[in-house]
Amino acid sequence: MPMDPSLVGRSYPPGGTYLVGREKIREFAAAIGASDAVHHDPDAARKAGYADVVAPPTFPVAVTMSSSERVISDPDLAIDYSRVVHGDQRFRYVRPVVAGDELVCTDTIEEIMSRGGHDFLTVRTEVATAATGEPVVTVWMKLVVRGED
Amino acid sequence: MELTPQRFRVTRADLVRYAGASGDFNPIHWSDRFATGVGLPGVIAHGMLTMALAGRAVTQWAGSADAVVEYSVRFTRPVVVPDDDEGTEIEVTGVVKGTTEDGLTRIDVTAVSGGEKVLSQARALVRTSR
Repeated sequence: MPMDPSLVGRSYPPGGTYLVGREKIREFAAAIGASDAVHHDPDAARKAGYADVVAPPTFPVAVTMSSSERVISDPDLAIDYSRVVHGDQRFRYVRPVVAGDELVCTDTIEEIMSRGGHDFLTVRTEVATAATGEPVVTVWMKLVVRGED
Repeated sequence: MELTPQRFRVTRADLVRYAGASGDFNPIHWSDRFATGVGLPGVIAHGMLTMALAGRAVTQWAGSADAVVEYSVRFTRPVVVPDDDEGTEIEVTGVVKGTTEDGLTRIDVTAVSGGEKVLSQARALVRTSR
């Protein structure tokens, strides 16, 4: 059964706060082989104008994963996760994520489309600071839910 | 203008490390039994790992780790990672496509592994001076 397009626009308010740890950024940077000093050395990061080590561009997925799971597991979408393939990913940054950031995520269903027996779901996640709501990065994830074989 | 291609080697150990760092523990990225059970040829790399490696190429080209203003990709094919010491290689190429009205440089990115394009419509907007 195709996904219900009337769910476009449904929004999921922020859940918990994500505190970005210095070691988590270092661990993530090491895992992708990003050796630039600003990811690892707080002094180098401060020289570049940041309060602490700077996350690589795709780090926000570690922040948005649990919030976007709320969308994927929404019973109204009835997604069979075993049929899900990651289609597209996009980030638009106001500034990089930095260690010490306390972030909250607001998720919105931006698009639902059915084509060729497959469903396409785009979730937009606005990542902002918990204290003041200053926007940091917007993340779009498009999932493909493959139709029955 | 074509940018210097960047090559990245990905082994099973890299997938385990990325799973832990990112929190993505989907078994298609570590269990051959599970991966083949859902119709894949074997364990595949996290799409987001491929995007991260291509992102390293982008920051390398931009000359600064915090230069990226926008970055998007489409995952077109899985990157199959064999269970051996060599793993697989991803080659990332980039072409400068000009400058936007607000002075950002647009880079079009291509990632190829095993002779197949694994990312398409991959684009980045970067600041080139700070």
